[in-house]
Amino acid sequence: MGPLDLAVLLLSDHTVRTVAAGAVLMGITSGVLGVYALLRRQSLLGDAMSHAALPGLALAFLVTRSKESAFLLLGAAFAAWVGALGVIAIPNYTRLKPDAALGIVLSVFFGFGLVVLTVIQRLPTAAQAGLDKFLFGQAATILQRDVLTMAVIAALALLVVILGWKEFKLLSFDPAFAAVQGFPVRLLDVALTSLVILAILAGLQTVGVVLMSAMLIAPAAAARQWTDRLSTMVLLAAVFGAAAGLGGVLLSSLGDSLPTGPTIVVCASLLVYGSLLFAPHRGLVWRRLVAGRRQRAVRALQVLAQLYWLGSQHGDPFYPHPAGALRALAGSGVQASLRELAARNWVRRLPDGRVALTPEGLAAVSDFLQQAAPDTPVPPSSESKPEAGP
Amino acid sequence: MTGLQLEIQLIAVLAAAACALSGTFLVLRRVAMISDAISHTVLLGIVVMFLLTQDLHSPLLVIGAALTGLLTVGLVSLLLRTGLVREDAAIGLVFPLLFSIGVILISWYAEYVHLDVDAVLLGELAFAPFDRLEVDGLDLGPRRAWLMGAILVINLIFPLALYKELKLTAFDPGLAAVLGFSPALVHTLHLGVVSVTAVGAFDAVGVVLAVALFIVPPATALLLSDHLPVVIALAVAVGAASAVGGYWVAHTFDTSIAGSMATLGGVFFGLAFLGSPSQGLVARAWRHRRQRWEFALRLLVMHLLTHEGTATEAGEAAAAELPAHLRWEPRFAATVVRLAEEAGLVERQNGLLVLTPRGRELAWEVMLYGTG
Repeated sequence: MGPLDLAVLLLSDHTVRTVAAGAVLMGITSGVLGVYALLRRQSLLGDAMSHAALPGLALAFLVTRSKESAFLLLGAAFAAWVGALGVIAIPNYTRLKPDAALGIVLSVFFGFGLVVLTVIQRLPTAAQAGLDKFLFGQAATILQRDVLTMAVIAALALLVVILGWKEFKLLSFDPAFAAVQGFPVRLLDVALTSLVILAILAGLQTVGVVLMSAMLIAPAAAARQWTDRLSTMVLLAAVFGAAAGLGGVLLSSLGDSLPTGPTIVVCASLLVYGSLLFAPHRGLVWRRLVAGRRQRAVRALQVLAQLYWLGSQHGDPFYPHPAGALRALAGSGVQASLRELAARNWVRRLPDGRVALTPEGLAAVSDFLQQAAPDTPVPPSSESKPEAGP
Repeated sequence: MTGLQLEIQLIAVLAAAACALSGTFLVLRRVAMISDAISHTVLLGIVVMFLLTQDLHSPLLVIGAALTGLLTVGLVSLLLRTGLVREDAAIGLVFPLLFSIGVILISWYAEYVHLDVDAVLLGELAFAPFDRLEVDGLDLGPRRAWLMGAILVINLIFPLALYKELKLTAFDPGLAAVLGFSPALVHTLHLGVVSVTAVGAFDAVGVVLAVALFIVPPATALLLSDHLPVVIALAVAVGAASAVGGYWVAHTFDTSIAGSMATLGGVFFGLAFLGSPSQGLVARAWRHRRQRWEFALRLLVMHLLTHEGTATEAGEAAAAELPAHLRWEPRFAATVVRLAEEAGLVERQNGLLVLTPRGRELAWEVMLYGTG
């Protein structure tokens, strides 16, 4: 059974399907909104805000004594908001820097949340059970109703992003210019921060407050590696977020003891590290390949130039030389360079093993030398030291 | 107070003091959030080392945890060096992954690992005194107290031995490099100490609230003093007060000790944020108000000095004319005049305001040196 069949089989289960739908919606919301957080260098603000949501959640339950998600979400959103205000206010009014403000808000709010949560757990009623699922998420408890809530949140987030597309784009890349152009920068700022709260709300049940920041950062950071266009990046981040959510749910439904939230985070991390390595143009492997190709091209041109220089000593640029003479000048690796040059038809190999420039090769080498050093006569490569032949 | 309670508080105070000591330099270096990352990933080190040694008391656990902390720092700087992500994102890409792996391992080996998710988030302070250190049947006290004590000693030795280097690299890394100190080396050593300390914080308050011990007390202290030794001492005091106070709050309301410690730290920070004599919101607002009046007084004496003895004096120096000339609200002008009279800067003579010698002196001072 292939992985695809397995996925189909798992999704035929109603519970898994519900949970997967919730996780996918969460992934889309946090992926899209994470893009803006990432571009505005506010990745860790999401971390502080998601931790700050905990006391709001717990207090909302303590006051209403109901697990109606609307109340809980409102409480969480309000607390996250207050947390965000704190993160902004502390560096504004004191000498402390934003990193300290993040740490203070994150830990104090979360600590207070734990206090309230422990109080709730001591309550005699049975209704309190399951609030701690918001810490690491407990996707198995997602009901169809919750999926509906998440769908509403996702739709709301997407709608706002589409409506404010131009404004948010400008704010993310050049807030100063946006202000000069007369856009309500403050309002937009508030709107984008509030959107991050939406993403946190969507993630409360699936990944929980502790790991939510990963879902805001990883899909967006992965998408960033594949494109330089905002629209493509937003789409890709949504796809990556959804894929991480789906993958995490499917994997964790395989084993009883695989917690969903952390599994989703591992999936998202795999996507981001894969992208950092393999994305075209920016990826590390790609950069290594390009650098290697450039290095080979330079070496080949070096060999070509030496062939030309040797030939000009004989008064004939097409004068053939044994490959060994080139090796003495250009060092090892000459054979590879010669193969490449022969493939381009810049040199030809004579039956006796000697090599000579072709007219095309001559044109190429004089072009190269013109560009490289227009005024100097052609010197032998100064870098390569003669080596003892094999 | 029972011996048990005393021991819990002792352990909490030792942990808080150790965290405050190394946390001060984290805040000064503006890398506060790295302690969040380190304290999360310490979990992975502890779990992995436990699975390898099968011994929850092995010193290898501490070493492994500290190494994971350094690994986190290394991975973050590796990610930064690729130039593909920025610093905030780099931190956020490393620790959730390592922490998630730790949580997954705990769930997988739940029956072997005597750590549950609650302990990870809340610490295990309440149970710490039951784990005794016994040598030849002699009870030497709780094992955690010895561990925290050792960690605190490291945190005391480190800044004492490298005080000059730490101070210089925290405040001016450029100068430190020019003078031949190695900021990078000092930084790495410091993060190594933070990693070891994070193991203690993990035991005391769990992963998330370790930040409350590392960052909140030094941040509070920085609002109260400008002098580094005082800041460090205050940070330790605030940390210890949060620890003891947090214990009693938790005891009174029957709630989480770790959460109460963090909450109390937040309360202390809030108090300093509002009430610090030098930087608090209240002091600032008050200073702002006072400056407004002082500025007005200086403006008044300068105005009088300018027209003193000139033909226009009769029009300019009449108290009733001030609102028109200085563009002041009449009520504001009246208050300024009253304050100036009370301060002995001006006197009324035939309906005109006249500078006293003291007022003239102040006016000349302002003319020569500005309003400051």
